[in-house]
Amino acid sequence: MSRATSLVSTDWVLDNLTNKSVVFVEVDEDTTLYEKGHIEGAITFHWREDLQDGLIRDLISKEKFEALLSKSGISNDSTVVLYGGNNNWFATYAFWYFKIYGHQDVRLIDGGRKLWELKGLPLVSEVPARTASRYVAKERDNSIRAFRDQVIASIGIKNIVDVRSPAEFSGELAAPAHLPQEGGQIKGHIPGAKNIPWSKAANEDGTFRSNEELSDLYKAAGVDFAKETIAYCRIGERSAFSWFVLHELLDLQNVTNYDGSWTEYGSLVGVPVAVGA
Amino acid sequence: MRTCGATPGGADLAGVDLVNQTVIQGAVLRGGVSDGVPNGSPVDNAYVRLLDLNGEFTAEVPTNLEGQFRFFAAPGLWTVVVLAHGAREEVKVQAIKGTPVDLIIHI
Repeated sequence: MSRATSLVSTDWVLDNLTNKSVVFVEVDEDTTLYEKGHIEGAITFHWREDLQDGLIRDLISKEKFEALLSKSGISNDSTVVLYGGNNNWFATYAFWYFKIYGHQDVRLIDGGRKLWELKGLPLVSEVPARTASRYVAKERDNSIRAFRDQVIASIGIKNIVDVRSPAEFSGELAAPAHLPQEGGQIKGHIPGAKNIPWSKAANEDGTFRSNEELSDLYKAAGVDFAKETIAYCRIGERSAFSWFVLHELLDLQNVTNYDGSWTEYGSLVGVPVAVGA
Repeated sequence: MRTCGATPGGADLAGVDLVNQTVIQGAVLRGGVSDGVPNGSPVDNAYVRLLDLNGEFTAEVPTNLEGQFRFFAAPGLWTVVVLAHGAREEVKVQAIKGTPVDLIIHI
């Protein structure tokens, strides 16, 4: 994977709005954004209703993923182009999700919904009618997903990157500042984790920084690219953003997203926790 | 929009735990003048960023249909940055627990 195969520009989108092999999918934290207007032809996935199991805390099953994509008219050979608000947080989470289930060609709009709006590009209200398909997903690829026991066993061994804000890392806040302060049972971070907020990988307009800047960012913070890396945040979306940076843009293998993140780790009994910067 | 209500900028705070939350909120308006009474058109597609004392990014929210935004922060000095098509504004604020910061930002 690389920047060239995983990322598209707003100009590319404008050139491909009527391309039948491309399906644009908006995924937002604020799920009302799609209704306010979206890129022509785009459908939307609801991060909670469509992408969370609902009963147990987990990704939806392979069968449910197949049903979601089939209902949405996405085929195995579709080029799926994701974008969303919040600097593509939930769009990168969906990207990671598509990779978990082995979709071949999935890409992200650099800058997401924010850049599209800041450029004053057109949004429409029409919801497209798409013909259902018969999507067949692969078995989950857990090589890009970390689970709690792996995380605990990785302390002091692998790179662990906490991508939350410094205030969440230090234990001052329990959640991002635009959300009510709830999360794990306690505040803090995984001992030894490097705090490299997701936002440092993005420009103000929501686009990603250059590969050179990104590489320098992680190396300067003490990430050893020769080792495996686990990214985590509070609920696994911001860390999907940083996973995208490391695994897709910088083309590093052995990078996993710990989607249980702090809401899981910060509620575990007896695991080591650190506070402070 | 021109209102003379008691709440100048952000959304109604009913239901918000103001004892334990430190709120920074407001509204982004295009046009109008800063004469102490909110006026101008709500900007419903702006992005509002919250930067900490060191200028580090902390959070970002889109404005709602009324041009409003809200952050749950911690007490201290913060910078609010508004990005919109053709506009960028910065406002420095002091947040304290219990008394919401309520802003009107004209672009």
